[in-house]
Amino acid sequence: MIRFVLSRVALVIPTFIGITLLTFAMIRLIPGDPIELLAGERGVTPERHAELRAEYGFDKPMMVQYWDYISGVVQGDLGNSIVTRQPVLNEFFALFPATVELSLCAMIFAVFIGIPVGILAAVRRGSVFDHSVMGVALTGYSMPIFWWGLLLIILFSGILQWTPVSGRISLLFYFEPVTGFMLIDSILSGQEGAFTSALSHLILPTVVLGTIPLAVIARQTRSAMLEVLNEDYVRTARAKGLAPRRVIGIHALRNALIPVITVIGLQVGVLFAGAVLTETIFSWPGIGKWLIDSISRRDYPSVQGGILLIATTIIIVNLLVDLVYGLINPRIRHQR
Amino acid sequence: MKRIIITTGLILSIAGSPAALAAKTLVYCSEGSPEGFNPSLYTSGTTFDASSRHIYDGLVQFKRGTTTLEPGLAESWSISNDGLEYTFNLRKGVKFQTTRGFRPSRDFNADDVLYSFNRQWDKNHPYHKVSGGSYEYFNGMSMPELIKDIVKVNDYTVKFVLNRPEAPMIANLGMDFASILSAEYADKMLAAGTPDKVDLEPVGTGPFQLVAYQKDAVIRYKAHPQHWQGKAPIDNLVFAITPDASVRYQKLRTGECHVMPYPNPADLDSMRSDPNIKLLQQEGLNVGYLAYNSKMPPFDNAMVRKALNMAINKEAIIEGVFQGAGKVAKNPIPPTIWSYNEATKDDPYDPAGAKAMLKEAGISNLETNIWAMPVQRPYNPNARRMAELIQADWAAIGVKANVVSYEWGEYLKRSKNEDRDGAVLLGWTGDNGDPDNFLAVLLGCDGVGGSNRAQWCHKPFEDLIQKAKTISDVNERTRLYQQAQTVFKQQAPWATIAHSVVFMPVRKEVMDYRIDPFGGHPFYGVDLQ
Repeated sequence: MIRFVLSRVALVIPTFIGITLLTFAMIRLIPGDPIELLAGERGVTPERHAELRAEYGFDKPMMVQYWDYISGVVQGDLGNSIVTRQPVLNEFFALFPATVELSLCAMIFAVFIGIPVGILAAVRRGSVFDHSVMGVALTGYSMPIFWWGLLLIILFSGILQWTPVSGRISLLFYFEPVTGFMLIDSILSGQEGAFTSALSHLILPTVVLGTIPLAVIARQTRSAMLEVLNEDYVRTARAKGLAPRRVIGIHALRNALIPVITVIGLQVGVLFAGAVLTETIFSWPGIGKWLIDSISRRDYPSVQGGILLIATTIIIVNLLVDLVYGLINPRIRHQR
Repeated sequence: MKRIIITTGLILSIAGSPAALAAKTLVYCSEGSPEGFNPSLYTSGTTFDASSRHIYDGLVQFKRGTTTLEPGLAESWSISNDGLEYTFNLRKGVKFQTTRGFRPSRDFNADDVLYSFNRQWDKNHPYHKVSGGSYEYFNGMSMPELIKDIVKVNDYTVKFVLNRPEAPMIANLGMDFASILSAEYADKMLAAGTPDKVDLEPVGTGPFQLVAYQKDAVIRYKAHPQHWQGKAPIDNLVFAITPDASVRYQKLRTGECHVMPYPNPADLDSMRSDPNIKLLQQEGLNVGYLAYNSKMPPFDNAMVRKALNMAINKEAIIEGVFQGAGKVAKNPIPPTIWSYNEATKDDPYDPAGAKAMLKEAGISNLETNIWAMPVQRPYNPNARRMAELIQADWAAIGVKANVVSYEWGEYLKRSKNEDRDGAVLLGWTGDNGDPDNFLAVLLGCDGVGGSNRAQWCHKPFEDLIQKAKTISDVNERTRLYQQAQTVFKQQAPWATIAHSVVFMPVRKEVMDYRIDPFGGHPFYGVDLQ
């Protein structure tokens, strides 16, 4: 097991180098001059433009710029944002908990609804329930996040007024962040109603962000279960007279979960991608919107640092998923 | 409705109804996060809204909702006969804000003025390089070349000595970059080894002081109780950062905010019919234009430019692009700026005349480019659509135009090239209400290869605007600028397209909100019913 973990960790190093190279090159390859963007219509004189390029180090050869960047990364310094002049690391970690909180809630929502629904659809294959679930899942998967979010806001916040429109907590509450996770901080604040308010603000963004993973997980669970339910050992278990709940819940589900867990791991990346739009619609102060703003402003240090940190998170999650395989199915662990 | 009012002190419990709350809190659904809280370091309106327009004051300021200058921290000023010395008599008894990190021991004085300007001007100032040390507005307004010296005459008198007469100097000092910061606070932070705190935890003399800021979420202010003009009618001001215009509208509808900027044009009708919303509107201090490259043939011929202008149906653009929320532009400055030349006659929409004029100029089978910006701006809500309409108008007189576009940074950069092909759609929003801010920046010879996208350097025009710069008498300046507009119209380096109308939806309980002609969103003086 230790060898397995070490081999996985060793693979991470070239991945990191690849990511730094890719982000460094790609943000510079796309057209756009950060200095012109900062200056807007007013512009800057050619002399000032050259001065600013030198200040930000853009006048150095690409290899030198990359070396400076990597040297900083190794020392835990991702540089300063061109726009706000603040350290990228500070900006990222001020916003990251909001994205993690939303992504976690969306994942819990997707897993806790997606898996049972997928199982039921498989067990009742061909029924109205099965067709409805798969139809809804396909619709959910195809739904543009922006449109879906606005639709929910107009219905539940605008017309019915059941949920707040956007934000993380009602403006009635103010407390210094302790953990950065609003649900926890609202409890720690001791303010009456703060937790309920934070929870109510999470509902719509969770549903919107969790819709695509929910659809994917439900469909994957259904097809994996259908496959497993046709296996000989399931037939044997049934023939032995085991209760259907036990056959499905213990014998079939454990094997069917392996591909589902792979999909769940992959959905972490989908969640971060979806967070970009969800955070914009719901004014959610996370890294998705920050990263998009940084790209549109050609804020090189923020884009490079942000993508590197997000990639790190995704790599860690996928590493954990690999480890969970072994726990669920010992055969996989032994094969390796 | 219950959500919009916040109680005093900002650490509050849920209240049953707004009436039950003692303190008045106005919630503004702002469009984005500020880059920081020192307006001299940045150039965006979002940052100015969050900093200079609430936390700080300037030596002079603009009267609320107008472009008229009035005394600010300087209660009066005098200009020497040669126009080279500006002496400001500072207001006494002005208090700085007391924050968690700073308790002022003295009132505002000349040292604060010197600190605020020397930081930007003097490259050896200990604060010059703090927080990135880039002062683009100060540089952009040519202040480093303009200022010869800043002298503290006594604690309440400061003299600016200039290298050349500059009539817009007072207007420049009303701009955001000229906000006055506390020298005492700066000294304290420098001694503590945390100079950047001056820019992150601001202290000013303005009507509101910063309480808390969470990036991309919320900015909280409370009224400065000892503001020299009197405490603001509201007690607290909250910026709920809401980037999407449709979501801002939903928040306004449900009462989660009182004021929202930049509504979607498609939502305006619905806003008008909502009894809880007042839709305020005002002509913007802006101009949208199409700049020909006057250095490149055939656009170096004024007759060709004039002919192409005559082929453009501007009314159709106002209808199709601005959805009626704009006004046809005939001058390069908006009508809200003094010296606007009412007598100017716009080029008539006359395709037949345009065609004949092109023929007279010896032009046939003309093919060119129309550059369409990739972004929405206050002076042009849909450049692509505008370009397509102009393309169709020109096709009707036999001119083939290709619509081209680039990423915004690239667009700004490439459109400056003196050998650029074609005509560029762009625009401008005024900074200080002075005609010089439009005419010299956008059409002056110094701007060629830069902000002068027409690459137009015309001596009779240049002489007029340069002369107007050196004269303090407003009547004389007005006469010169009106003449300059006449020359502009004859030479037609641009097709002046439109001045847009700015819309500001506010809740019905908001009282005395005035649209800022400079595009800002200041809340001093605004009250809640």
